[in-house]
Amino acid sequence: MKLKSTAAALGALIGFHVYSQAAAAGGQIVIGDIDDLSGVYADVQGQGGVEAINMAIADAGGTVLGKKVIVLSADHQNKPDIGASKFREWADQSGLNMVIGGSNTGVSIAMAKVAAAKKVPFFPIGAGGASLTGADCTPYSIHYAYDTTALANGTASAIVHQGRKSWFFITADYAFGTQLQEAATRVVLANGGKVLGAVRAPLGTTDYSSFLLQAQASGAQVLGLANAGLDFSNSLKGADEFGLTKTMTPAALLAFLSDIHSLTLQTAQGLYLTTAWYWDLNEESRAFGKRFFAKMHKEPTMTQAAYYSATLQYLNAVKTVGSTAAELVMAQLKKVKINDMFTKNGYIRADGLMVHTMYVMQVKTPAESKYPWDYYKVVKVMPGEEAYGTQPDPNCPLSAK
Amino acid sequence: MTAVFGVPLPAILGQLMLGLVNGSFYALLSLGLAVIFGLLGVVNFAHGAFYMLGAFAAYIGLQFFGVNYWCSLILAPLSVGILGVLIERLFLRHLYRLDPLYGLLLTFGIALIFEGIMRGLFGASGKSYPVPPSLRGGFNLGFMVLPVYRAWVVLAALTVCAATWLLIERTRLGAMLRAATENAPLTQAFGINVPLLVMSTYGAGVALAALAGVLAAPVIQVSPMMGSSLVTVVFAVVVIGGMGSIIGAIVSGLVLGLIEGLTKVVYPEASNIVVFVIMAVVLIWRPSGLFGRE
Repeated sequence: MKLKSTAAALGALIGFHVYSQAAAAGGQIVIGDIDDLSGVYADVQGQGGVEAINMAIADAGGTVLGKKVIVLSADHQNKPDIGASKFREWADQSGLNMVIGGSNTGVSIAMAKVAAAKKVPFFPIGAGGASLTGADCTPYSIHYAYDTTALANGTASAIVHQGRKSWFFITADYAFGTQLQEAATRVVLANGGKVLGAVRAPLGTTDYSSFLLQAQASGAQVLGLANAGLDFSNSLKGADEFGLTKTMTPAALLAFLSDIHSLTLQTAQGLYLTTAWYWDLNEESRAFGKRFFAKMHKEPTMTQAAYYSATLQYLNAVKTVGSTAAELVMAQLKKVKINDMFTKNGYIRADGLMVHTMYVMQVKTPAESKYPWDYYKVVKVMPGEEAYGTQPDPNCPLSAK
Repeated sequence: MTAVFGVPLPAILGQLMLGLVNGSFYALLSLGLAVIFGLLGVVNFAHGAFYMLGAFAAYIGLQFFGVNYWCSLILAPLSVGILGVLIERLFLRHLYRLDPLYGLLLTFGIALIFEGIMRGLFGASGKSYPVPPSLRGGFNLGFMVLPVYRAWVVLAALTVCAATWLLIERTRLGAMLRAATENAPLTQAFGINVPLLVMSTYGAGVALAALAGVLAAPVIQVSPMMGSSLVTVVFAVVVIGGMGSIIGAIVSGLVLGLIEGLTKVVYPEASNIVVFVIMAVVLIWRPSGLFGRE
């Protein structure tokens, strides 16, 4: 299979497209976005994430401290080494001031190490792994939109409290999936439930029927889907086809608006999920949704909204301290309350976690949905401490201070 | 309850059934690859992209033109097949005299282009294609409930595989094809239009991939990436069966589907590599594949 290895090497080369603008260090503030732009998670932020950053830059005035704010963006292809090396390259050569990390916990963990080494503020947003503010925390990381703990405290807790206590997990076989399954298992056990079994499916599996059959045979009441993006869509679609959605309660431990849109309400109706933000929450969120829709022709996901918020808060902090020096900006960010269209009274904990309100949602039925993108109804509003816990993660050395 | 290796028998039967469903997809896809390699000597890396385009053709037909599933089964392979013919005419035929690596690189590039275009148009999270109303519901087999649609997939795929095999092995057209495969200049000397034969074969192989795409559309998300994850597995299937062997492609497709299904019960983490492990073993033991001629 010499041909195959040649082709694979070539694929890696061709796939490595980087849309970077020439950047000269000094007269500019450089924001980097390293995300999955072409794989299973490309619809969660992707180009829409870049657009959200640009919207925040425009709202901050385009220039801050007399310097033009520019965006670099790269596709990490869900490979930790690509994400980390791009981060390092920009830090060394392009005068990088801040990085937003897109999907994939594995990649964000690798990038966090670079952030610590290069002393560049780093906002993991698309990645969910709670270890980013635990064992993998750094003084320069701010985990911004959601994490596996909050997802479990939202969705898993809501379902267990309805009396559905026996669970079976289908888990994406990498850092994010296993952390999500662990967090959900803790919630289920703490509330008197039990876990009857779990299977780890490789990332990018398209046919889940075997795993669904095992879930069915377990006799569990709840089908916990500890996966995301296309993996989530394919597993839920299979569950619907094999009739599992009638006998078991599917729990979407992480589902984005883009997933529900692509699955359609017919398949996704009734599903419980946890989100940090929804375009139809209030006047401010609808206004942002409208602006975003005009550019991207779709409503923003919670993480795209978080991309906007993180960029805006970073630039505000730079304005306040009058410098892009990482230590000063990080200190300022950890001092202020975060108030914008993404969240109210959010704050950044010692371990780097942004504590903010989360929402448990249920997906509407096709009959309940009155207009395009009318997908969720609020089941429960979770204050930040209930979602993320009251104490910083003890596994993070910064928590001790 | 009886058990094999600690796994209850009904679970094994269920997994074997699902393995057969997946095996049917592998068989249908590897069949097209084997036919193309057999006659053109081209390692068609765009096969997964044509499979994806077949599924998207069905989706586009339904969404924008109201073409139902049954019509899509004919129209989608036909339109993607025509696209295949164009690609053969415009690009591929210039490469026949060169090393097979060039054909591989060209088709690989074509696959990337199609994937990129579809991602730009439809996004990465894909689209949902509904199961046709007449194929909804399930059969209760005792050990599992088999959705009617999956049973239909097995039936359709096996019928198409059998028909293709008969066409190639038992008809006059098939005889010409096999002759052209053995010795193209001599076949041409007998007055048979070999370039036309080659072009139609590529179109037909591509149409088979598109047909598999239409069959898959109702059961998985129709997404730009659906083909790239499958094509490497299908290549392994073809290598195991013996490059260019029709019967080898069909048999090894079905058998590997079954083996993969069993792996999902015993050790799910390995389910996406078991096919490649078998490929390695087969290549050591029989480098020309199980049904290959040396």
